[in-house]
Amino acid sequence: MNTDENLIEPLRHDFNSPASLKYRKWRHVKDVATRYLMALGGVSVIIAIVLIAFYLLYVVIPMFKSAEIEHIAAYSVPGDSNTETLYYAMEEQREVGLRINDLGQAIFFNTSDGEIRDIVTLPLPPDTSISTIANGDLTQRMIGLGLSDGSVLFFQHNYKVTFPDDVRLITPGIYYPFGAQAIQVNQAGDPVKHLSVQYDSEQATLTAHGSDTSVRIVNLLKEESMLSDEVEITREDSELKLDTAGVVGLRLDVEQRELYVADQSGNIYYYDVTNKSAPHLIQKVKAVKDGINITAIEFLAGGISILVGDSNGKITQWFPVRDDENNYTLQKIRTFEEQTTPITAIAPEYARKGFVAVDKRGEMGIYHTTAHRTVLLEQVDEHALNSIVLSPRANAALIENDKKQIQFWHLHNEHPEISWQSIWGKVWYESRDQPEYIWQSSSASSDFEPKFSLTPLAYGTFKAAFYAMLFAVPLAILGAMFTAYFMAPKMRQIVKPTIEIMEALPTVILGFLAGLWLAPFVELHLPGMFIMLFLVPLSVLLAAAAWECIPDHIKHRVPEGWEAALLIPVIILAVTISIQISFPIESLFFGGNLPLWLSREMGITYDQRNSLVVGFAMGFAVIPTIFSISEDAIYSVPKHLTTGSLALGATSWQTMVRVVLLTASPGIFSAIMIGLGRAVGETMIVVMATGNTAIMDMSIFEGFRAMSANIAVEMPETEVNSTHYRILFLGALVLFAVTFFFNTIAEVVRQRLRTKYSSL
Amino acid sequence: MKLKIKNWFDTGAPFVWLNAGAVSISIIMVVGLILLIAVRGLGHFWPADVAVFDYYAEPGDAPVRLMGEMVDEEVVSRSRAGNPGYEGETIQRNLIKTGNRDISGLDFRWILDAGIKNKAYPDNSMVVERREWGNLYAFLTSIELDGQQYNNESGNLWDRFQETITKNNGIYADIKHIEKDLIGAINYKMERLRLKERGLELKSQKTPEKVAALVQQREVLQLEYDSYTAELERLYGILNGSSFTAKTAEGKEIKIALAKIVRAYQPNAMDIFDKSIFYLEKFWEFLSDDPREANTEGGIFPAIFGTVLMVMIMAVMVTPFGVIAAVYLREYATQGPTTRLIRIAVNNLAGVPSVVYGVFGLGFFVYFLGGSIDQLLFPEALPAPTFGTPGLLWASLTLAILTVPVVIVATEEGLSRVPRAVREGSLALGATKAETMWRTVLPMTASAMITGLILAVARAAGEVAPLMLVGVVKLAPSLGLDGNAPFLHLDRKFMHLGFHIYDVGFQSPNVEAARPLVYATALLLVMLIIVLNLTAIRIRNSLREKYRAAEQS
Repeated sequence: MNTDENLIEPLRHDFNSPASLKYRKWRHVKDVATRYLMALGGVSVIIAIVLIAFYLLYVVIPMFKSAEIEHIAAYSVPGDSNTETLYYAMEEQREVGLRINDLGQAIFFNTSDGEIRDIVTLPLPPDTSISTIANGDLTQRMIGLGLSDGSVLFFQHNYKVTFPDDVRLITPGIYYPFGAQAIQVNQAGDPVKHLSVQYDSEQATLTAHGSDTSVRIVNLLKEESMLSDEVEITREDSELKLDTAGVVGLRLDVEQRELYVADQSGNIYYYDVTNKSAPHLIQKVKAVKDGINITAIEFLAGGISILVGDSNGKITQWFPVRDDENNYTLQKIRTFEEQTTPITAIAPEYARKGFVAVDKRGEMGIYHTTAHRTVLLEQVDEHALNSIVLSPRANAALIENDKKQIQFWHLHNEHPEISWQSIWGKVWYESRDQPEYIWQSSSASSDFEPKFSLTPLAYGTFKAAFYAMLFAVPLAILGAMFTAYFMAPKMRQIVKPTIEIMEALPTVILGFLAGLWLAPFVELHLPGMFIMLFLVPLSVLLAAAAWECIPDHIKHRVPEGWEAALLIPVIILAVTISIQISFPIESLFFGGNLPLWLSREMGITYDQRNSLVVGFAMGFAVIPTIFSISEDAIYSVPKHLTTGSLALGATSWQTMVRVVLLTASPGIFSAIMIGLGRAVGETMIVVMATGNTAIMDMSIFEGFRAMSANIAVEMPETEVNSTHYRILFLGALVLFAVTFFFNTIAEVVRQRLRTKYSSL
Repeated sequence: MKLKIKNWFDTGAPFVWLNAGAVSISIIMVVGLILLIAVRGLGHFWPADVAVFDYYAEPGDAPVRLMGEMVDEEVVSRSRAGNPGYEGETIQRNLIKTGNRDISGLDFRWILDAGIKNKAYPDNSMVVERREWGNLYAFLTSIELDGQQYNNESGNLWDRFQETITKNNGIYADIKHIEKDLIGAINYKMERLRLKERGLELKSQKTPEKVAALVQQREVLQLEYDSYTAELERLYGILNGSSFTAKTAEGKEIKIALAKIVRAYQPNAMDIFDKSIFYLEKFWEFLSDDPREANTEGGIFPAIFGTVLMVMIMAVMVTPFGVIAAVYLREYATQGPTTRLIRIAVNNLAGVPSVVYGVFGLGFFVYFLGGSIDQLLFPEALPAPTFGTPGLLWASLTLAILTVPVVIVATEEGLSRVPRAVREGSLALGATKAETMWRTVLPMTASAMITGLILAVARAAGEVAPLMLVGVVKLAPSLGLDGNAPFLHLDRKFMHLGFHIYDVGFQSPNVEAARPLVYATALLLVMLIIVLNLTAIRIRNSLREKYRAAEQS
């Protein structure tokens, strides 16, 4: 060797020539760049998962933020500041405000600086003064003025929006749908002290209380004559005798069916005025404790609930609740106790079930009833506040204090309807007879109370996962045990790809078959399904026993580990028999129709697309996941453990159960976790194979609405950044968190197991 | 005997058999499911014989003369059948497709087998596939071509009928070509011009010269458009000149314009060879045609096209990302907390429900990224969104994140099988780590990457839930790839096989009519996914064999 060395010519190449150095440097740069690129690629996987989590959170979090208010302007009351303000209102764009004073002037002003736009003097009859004022449903913008001669002037404030030169121009005006004439309510000429009015396209109702102890009800019915366009107004009068003299408030609901009267001693009288000629008292409730007065009474949007503010600063929500005998009683639903001084005014929002309240101490509270949430409580003035009004979009408020100063605030209160309680807890919704979990995100009417309880959806998700796991876990794990430990290698080569194909089958196909083929099939052969549950395992055992009795020379022709193949015809036979005897059994015991029998005799509702069908279909989707991972875990149990056990005389089944299964149990556990994660998040199967009704019932014969299905169905229709949109994101976040939990546990367990196996 | 059974149970043999039973059940389910889809999906295209019979809904009722093909049958218990007057504990019901939706209101009927009398299969019973109102089942009586009446006496009626239909279909194809491709292109250009003008306006560069140029271009397009409409009018004139008259089983005469017909055939007169040809024709139509009648008839070509295009764009994005991550995990990173964290992240990416990806894609890609892109690049189209709405790009991107774990896992497996000696040899020869990767390791892993890619594609092709949120529609007006510059329209919405199954099967107004088509679509999708998966498994297995050999040598 040494001699050879001398024969080689010395290398002439200069490794340190400038070109070489440059090249080497370039190569080094490339190497380093690649290293960083690769690291970036690896880390970006983490970034991706973190990004998903954080983006979901980013969309969800604004729901739980409290409201913000922004002070825009303060000015003294527009118009004559010696007059008393009776009423404030604001139009949709929060640009123009309306103040009505006791001289009967309607003053329209700019909300941002208090500059007067227009003053309309209302046509009061001569020699009368305004004794009270009342508004109808806020969206109608109808106002009634109670006058000193016992009449009521009825008018509407309206805003016309035009765009001359592409600039928005709002022109306010006053209209008189029932004529500019005051309507005489009290013929005796007794001044109207308390008034409530409601108006819709067909009729108007005025309820007025004077100095006596009665409420006069005037119903004006509009009738369009068939021949001409003329509108005829029929008037109907009736009188309601009160048990109390000290009325403090009178409120008629928007449907003009219910009348609430509050008195000095804190009672609320609940009248049915559906029949205008025969109104009657339903109930008298003591709304506040003795010694406390009712200081404000107002309807919540929609006119179902009333809000009662008292001299202690407490606000309570009441609405009529139907009992078992179909009678309605007024019940206290919720209490808000944030404020401490007498509530001076309550202003409901126009479209949502929220309201604001101001008190003697200058505090303003923003509340939402459904969520039972105090969105904001803030001292906005050092003086007592007299009145507050919200803009129709609930994004601005005008507040007047007792020094005749107006403050104009912008409100940022996007999602008051969400609280922990309203999402996960039982909520007493309007017109319901008890607190419930309900998911009902949208409806045709605008003053609808959205019901955003995620509980029924979570319940549906876990119900689906439960039935799927019930079907999948035994099959998958038993199958994995056999495949990994007993099966002939040749057969294993067929079985493994088959299971992989099973895993790859799109769930939309499983869902479609479950919904369109399996569901009707199961309904038709329901008894057969339950027979199958017993007959299939029994037939396997019988086949095994029969195999035992077969003479050895035949038995030995089939190599060991092919039992699964032998069982295929047996199981097919068992299934066919179950289906075949389904009809006779159904005719014999269940009158030929088991689903019908169930609902008639047992009171169990049967949906065609039910949890049984979902259990089958989703079980089918989950089996391969659980199967592959547990098979892997069982297969990689070190061989010396099993051979040791067998050498000590254990049968192969004993080895399987006592040694292999025990060692592989963490792997099997993580398989079940991953399977569960998949079942929880599976979407298409639950969309297609269930009725998607959000009920909470564990019955196997009924459907459900799963979280994932809910997202898939409602997401495309929701408005971006609305509460509904965000709550669907919350649903996705919950799914993410749940599956993240299951998957992480599973992965950690598997990593531990891998270390354990390598040390064994 | 009792002892014997106890002994038998003690050996554990019955439990082993029960375990085996679980495997058998799984196999039966998979194979059964595929067979079920195959039988139902493939059967749809076969021209079934058309029966004519009298039907007595109750024994003794006045019969109704019905005509149609048998679609399905089932045996139900008496009470479920509504306790009819016919005898028997169980009753057979047949589902008959009677067509003629325009005349009778419904085109499918469940009828009792026992009530069928005088069944016959007359040779001249005819099935007409129409562009609207579904199939017509009737007997041809006469045809009218350009005011000329032909009936049975004039001979060759059927041949003349077929000839006219073929001719009409040619004209119809021309009309479609003009309407969709030529006029579609003009509309597209017009829209571009409008956007251009609006863009100029926004940048306040709207000078009279530029406007004049635009107006001129518009005029050219308008002229072209007018010439096409004239041509269309002429073609429609030819089409509407012919009609035919047919008599239904009840004896009602109806007259229908020939322009509304796709094809007509007499299945009872066809022999097995004719039927096979017909079958292939129908199958080809299914693969290559646009859907008709709210997706319940015709083909699924746009859905196939959309799926393939989306999956291809996704593959372009997912492969580099997945491969880099896998290389980092296996080759660069020191095994420790970071890699454990990455592995947990990968597993979570694989385990997060697909609908969550959809939600993320909609919020982050579509509204956040897409909205920003629109503000920056396409202000002229606003308020109509360009990328700020679900579309092809966002769907592909969403599915790319969803399938990245598949690529990572497969590539990692491939990398782990490359023998150490190869790397060490390369490094010993002075190659840098990057060069070792590029020149030796990665080429050896190519087939593993392809496996991963195939599996990712198979997964993406079958995924529906996220696509429902980020870009799939039931009927896309135009394909994502066409002759209008820039040819690939990433902002367009698209159709997808999986969503098509969901939509046609569950949202269709006429589920019964749609069902065979859904089975056929499902079969296509299942076959696609099985083929992809088997290919991947095959590649992976051969790879394993190869490296086992390499390691041993």
